[in-house]
Amino acid sequence: MPDLLLRLGHRALNRMASLGRASMLWVASVFWLPKPADLYLVVRQIHNVGVLSLIIVMLSAFSIGAVLALQFYTQLARFGAQDAVGVGLAVVLLRELGPVITALLFAGRAGSAITAEIGLMKSTEQLTSMEMMGVDPLRRVVAPRLWAGFISLPLLTAIFNVVAIYGGVVVGIEWLGIERGAFWSGMTDVVEIWEDIGKGMLKSVFFAVVVTWIAVYQGYDTYPSAEGIGLATTRTVVYSSVMILALDFLLTLSMYGDF
Amino acid sequence: MPEQADNVRTGAAVSGDENLVEIRDLCYAIGELVIFDELSLTVPRGRITAIMGPSGCGKTTLLRMIGGSLKPDRGRILLDGRDVSRLPRAELFSIRRRMGVLFQSAALFTDLNVFENVAFPMRVHTSLPEDTIRDLVLMKLNAVGLRGARELMPAELSGGMGRRVALARAIALDPDLIMYDEPFAGQDPIAMGVLLSLIRNLNAALGTTSLIVSHDIHETASIADRIYVLSAGGVIGAGAADVLKDHPEPEVRQFINGTPDGPVPFHYPAPDFEQDLLEEPGEGKRQGR
Repeated sequence: MPDLLLRLGHRALNRMASLGRASMLWVASVFWLPKPADLYLVVRQIHNVGVLSLIIVMLSAFSIGAVLALQFYTQLARFGAQDAVGVGLAVVLLRELGPVITALLFAGRAGSAITAEIGLMKSTEQLTSMEMMGVDPLRRVVAPRLWAGFISLPLLTAIFNVVAIYGGVVVGIEWLGIERGAFWSGMTDVVEIWEDIGKGMLKSVFFAVVVTWIAVYQGYDTYPSAEGIGLATTRTVVYSSVMILALDFLLTLSMYGDF
Repeated sequence: MPEQADNVRTGAAVSGDENLVEIRDLCYAIGELVIFDELSLTVPRGRITAIMGPSGCGKTTLLRMIGGSLKPDRGRILLDGRDVSRLPRAELFSIRRRMGVLFQSAALFTDLNVFENVAFPMRVHTSLPEDTIRDLVLMKLNAVGLRGARELMPAELSGGMGRRVALARAIALDPDLIMYDEPFAGQDPIAMGVLLSLIRNLNAALGTTSLIVSHDIHETASIADRIYVLSAGGVIGAGAADVLKDHPEPEVRQFINGTPDGPVPFHYPAPDFEQDLLEEPGEGKRQGR
């Protein structure tokens, strides 16, 4: 029993220490705004985490939009309300599915890559050697990736929304034959700039902060071995996914929750 | 202190100003394991100093402390009279620009090619025009014989070549102090000869201070002005190589002459071998890491 308590205490202390290190990493790197000369570092990372995630995001978006349109149509057509497919699609995507699914995809595609890359740099002493050269790895390696994540994920979310709605259009209008005018006018009547689009984008900014922070920290704090990097990569995806879903609930509650 | 008796080869009287690095009463422990216990040594300016000792005696740890990436528990590490372990972060980073470190694992940046690896310190710390950087990089690469390999990526280099690129990078900014962590390990005889003369020439031509951590006795002894032998957390012998060969301390002689039998144990601490073999597999306490 005392043994169990001891281990529990150790675990708790480790978690706290880890949280402390993560916060310090955050403070040390995020308040560093890239100098004009170092902007290319951020741009290169935006390419790595953003541009290279485009294909997976767009493919998923199209399928999800198509599936949603299909499901909405079969249910709504029973009441002859198939014109409302456009509204349903837009609201669900802009408020919930767009930010959440993009963030999940981003964690799997870009977050894990960030963790593995930084972890490998650590285990091959690249970070130490950088430090010994008088270059702060927090600024050189960590900060550009953080900024790239903050910038990329909201943009990816916007692209996701557009492509998903297009997927809905292909299935709903081109295939199932919903009337084009009704589909679009229903959508434009109901969707509001701030209430739907703005709040959805705000969500994705929160997700961007959480996912990139977890990814960068897990990489930076990894145990420098092959096993350690594997574990850290897994943790990035698992922690990010859980955090995204939990955070989404809280955000929805506080944004739309007038219950 | 053994330090006084060892200026046979350097001939200079060692005073405070002539030491680039001074380590005083350094104590450091990882958990229960004591790495340094009241360690004191000095690295005279413009000379080649070597730190030798059996594996695991904390040689690499010492380099990291001088570079300020590890903090000692007690004691002082003075670089040019300033305590590295107590400098604020910004000053620490600026003092590190005057150091070059050659890591055991080369630690090249895997996303940059050979040329860009060597150019890296110049690009971040200077605002030299591009063609000057190109000339300097080619000079450094030529010195290590890898000018022709400038387009290669680190993954395409052999271990020894990687180390030489790392050396070119370490000397990129003509540092005051170059620290070499096991520079001779894994080098073929030709590269070894080049490396030895390179270290010596850098020292002579630029007045660079060199600190070598190694256990290759012959190579190190041929260029080092002074050798410190570390064991059990402290300095057990110091002086020029030929002096150390006849050192009164048997531990030092054993190390310098490379004899397996002597006061330094070859085995990591372990229970009695016979008992260990007789023990049932389940009984041994296996501690997974």
